[in-house]
Amino acid sequence: MDTDVAAGARQETMRGSSILAAIKSAGVSHVISVPDITTSEGLLRPLAGDGDLKLVRVCKEDEGIGIASGLAFCDRRAIILIQQTGLMDSLNAVRATACEYQMPICFMVGLLEKEPGVPAVHSKRFGVRIVPPILDVMGVVHDTLELESDVARIRPAIDLAYATSRPTVLFLGRRPLA
Amino acid sequence: MSMRRDECFAALARMVGDDIVVSTYTSAFDWIAARDHALNFLSVGPMGLASSSGLGLALGRPDRRVVVLDGDGSLLMNLGTLVSIAAAGPRNLVHCVVENGTYEANGGHPIPNRDMVDFAGMAKAAGYRHVATLASLEQFDTEMPRLLALQGPVFVCLKVVPGATAPRQGDYAYLHGPEVRQRFRDGLRAI
Repeated sequence: MDTDVAAGARQETMRGSSILAAIKSAGVSHVISVPDITTSEGLLRPLAGDGDLKLVRVCKEDEGIGIASGLAFCDRRAIILIQQTGLMDSLNAVRATACEYQMPICFMVGLLEKEPGVPAVHSKRFGVRIVPPILDVMGVVHDTLELESDVARIRPAIDLAYATSRPTVLFLGRRPLA
Repeated sequence: MSMRRDECFAALARMVGDDIVVSTYTSAFDWIAARDHALNFLSVGPMGLASSSGLGLALGRPDRRVVVLDGDGSLLMNLGTLVSIAAAGPRNLVHCVVENGTYEANGGHPIPNRDMVDFAGMAKAAGYRHVATLASLEQFDTEMPRLLALQGPVFVCLKVVPGATAPRQGDYAYLHGPEVRQRFRDGLRAI
């Protein structure tokens, strides 16, 4: 079992099955995705075979923002499952659709090359540590999930996004267990 | 050969009834002049995402037909959407590209490789069930009702030139404003 030792406690890495259960419990019907290596095996592959969630495969991440926006107008909940590089590529769509038009766009974002247990802003990787401050400037709420105990924060984050009609970004800071 | 956009949209307004219609940028001004309706979704802000929003609406409301009036410059910014829509395969989506060969909202500069790009050909190659190119009002009047009735995803390239200036032409504060989205939201919930 993949573990992390912090303050003498043995903590479990989050499980993909737990994340899927949390997404479903939040009333999400559609997952829109461009594959990401952080979430490939533990999350996207089991999700693709899940009969309860509809997977919409797209070519580029900002398409997901348009699709999630359309679904939101129909009172359907969606998650955009991508990598942080794709999130950065989609910032104009985040700015306009999610921030200025106040749409509940929910992201689940694999943080490629983030060191486990290290806050993203303290990562040695430029492409990782710049991401949270950019979202802060844009006023986009974000959280980072790594452990099984973190999964409990998924549903409240999605519920809040839809209740307030605001975007939210849930970073996955390590590979979920399959 | 081409048709005036305002005349094309006036004819389309008579065909689509209470369909959800997504329009974008300059076409949006002509469309709201042709059909002032709660089920108009005005896609502005992130250029290129009209068809993606249309896909989301089509997936979210499979009981309603969704017609997208995309721009040629807009579609070129999001060409992958052709493949994504074909893969999702919404039966209720009719994706039109309103081809005028220019970035009309940004000074009228030509799109790359203007007059050589075959949008319907790209949509067919991406996997749309049906594609067509309509270049005259007579052809539009004859062919469009049949195309609207087909099982989607359907792609229609409309070859147009600008027509009369729409009353709200250039009023982007209106297009971007929260009232248009609330009206659309209320309209969707009412059907």
